[in-house]
Amino acid sequence: MKKSSTCGFQPVSTPDFLPSNQLKQLQLQRLQGMVQRAYDHVALFRQRMTERGLTPADLQSLADITQLPFTTKADLRDTYPYGLFASPLRDIVRLHASTGTTGKPIVVAYTKQDLEVWQNVIMRSFAACGLHAGDIIQNAYGYGLFTGGLGVHFGAEALGATVVPISGGNTQRQLMLMKDFGSTAICCTPSYFLHIVERAPEFGLNWKDLSLRVGVFGAEPWTESMRRRIESESGIKAYDIYGLSEIIGPGVAMECECQAGPHIFEDWFYPEIIDLKTGKPLPDGEEGELVLTTLGKEAMPMIRYRTRDITALSSERCECGRTLRRIQRIGRRSDDMFIIRGVNVFPSQIETALLRVEGTLPHYQIILTRNKGLDEVEVQVEVTRELFADTVGAIEQLQRRLSQSVESLTGLRVNLRLVQPQTLQRSEGKAKRVIDQRKM
Amino acid sequence: MKIKQLSLFLENKPGALSRPMRLLAKAKFNIVTLSIAEANQFGILRLILNDWEQAKKLLEKKGFVVRVTDMVAVEVPDQPGGLANLLEMLEDAGINVEFMYAFTEKRENKAVMVFRFDDPDHAIKVLKRNKVNVIASVDLLKQAGQP
Repeated sequence: MKKSSTCGFQPVSTPDFLPSNQLKQLQLQRLQGMVQRAYDHVALFRQRMTERGLTPADLQSLADITQLPFTTKADLRDTYPYGLFASPLRDIVRLHASTGTTGKPIVVAYTKQDLEVWQNVIMRSFAACGLHAGDIIQNAYGYGLFTGGLGVHFGAEALGATVVPISGGNTQRQLMLMKDFGSTAICCTPSYFLHIVERAPEFGLNWKDLSLRVGVFGAEPWTESMRRRIESESGIKAYDIYGLSEIIGPGVAMECECQAGPHIFEDWFYPEIIDLKTGKPLPDGEEGELVLTTLGKEAMPMIRYRTRDITALSSERCECGRTLRRIQRIGRRSDDMFIIRGVNVFPSQIETALLRVEGTLPHYQIILTRNKGLDEVEVQVEVTRELFADTVGAIEQLQRRLSQSVESLTGLRVNLRLVQPQTLQRSEGKAKRVIDQRKM
Repeated sequence: MKIKQLSLFLENKPGALSRPMRLLAKAKFNIVTLSIAEANQFGILRLILNDWEQAKKLLEKKGFVVRVTDMVAVEVPDQPGGLANLLEMLEDAGINVEFMYAFTEKRENKAVMVFRFDDPDHAIKVLKRNKVNVIASVDLLKQAGQP
């Protein structure tokens, strides 16, 4: 791959390289402003500060942040729709909402300045993985209430790239335009990209004939082995972009060309790692729940938002020279974890196990059921062209190999069921990996 | 001399078989013969039909995983020991039969069987040497079914 400059450095990336004392100074300044803003305009936050006997003036250093109360997803639900806004509606220029399947959605809001910040971090994200003006970015994130589509869109335009706003779905059209328009980059969920890869031969497409060289994948947890799979099957470079609507959308953190975990744009988002059980802060390098504080969000300041994503912060200097800390790639979320027969299992472990068996593209789903008080796990895996053999014996052997692989990695005996291709629910947003049908 | 067979992976659930059948019927494909191998949770549908390339395209477009296998269609005398004699020839030549199934219609006093051999080319040679009639194409199979 040709690099336009040293590891994705473009003028827009300047804040990525701030010396750490300057960065800290900027963070404190912005944090103080943010806390004041939330205290002045968000009733719930002011009430929680008062309960703790705190005022914004108590925030003297970055370390003092640990005294502030957490914000959780439940707070967003409880104050639906506008309860956490710190700007009057006339200053709010955009609303997004979660695509959650149960109950009321979660609403997030942006002022003009918030959108500028968002654009800025998306530009820096693209620059970090070597994209620039002149690239043709096919944006297959869903457009609409979901933050993925529009978030990426305006950042890509601001960078000067050509955006193809195709949105999610219609795989045949994705492939056709990818070829005809000469797209050099694609943005979507990793599972949807694998689906595109899988369908390409049907439409007579050869990856060698395409100009695609970069994939910016996010909106769902994925594993390192999935990255390798994507890269070897399609020949592109796959980068992890991290974000969540509650904080801003995609662009909270992004990998550079070193592919060594996403760098957090710390000048706008302040990261902490806390112990899942005690809520106490953990030092860099230790794994726990990621907690984020927005440093420049006007419409909806988020103070110590509990992301439920499990990762560790790395302050080790990256080869690219960025001073921004990195998060370990997020393979799991604390609310994805399921407990079965007393064993804690993350979908990512099942995914890794399936990938270990040669020729499996990971379209899978985990179904939890309870039969006479006993928990059962069924892993459904779609049969692919590579997996399908014409004899019963060969397919049964494959079934055994897959279930043994899962058992050896998780210690869990599962019922492995092969299902017809393209029957499992496809994600154009986030893949639903676990279906819990147990009645507690 | 070889005949193409399409195999499809099917889940063991209601409607799994009728869906591909309806698709093929709607597009006017004529199924010459078929068989199903079944296991606990899944089955393999094996099909021999006239325009297999088009049928494969259609099925793949509709999301099925389709595999093409070389089969050999052989006339077997419809009399006691007819099949046993034929299998003996193959056995002597060290050829393994992976599976086989019958063609639905008879041809005069002969039945037609479709075989999957581990080495189809070798099997054809052996059968011809023994003057067994190997049916060359699906068209011939079709004619066999029409008096």
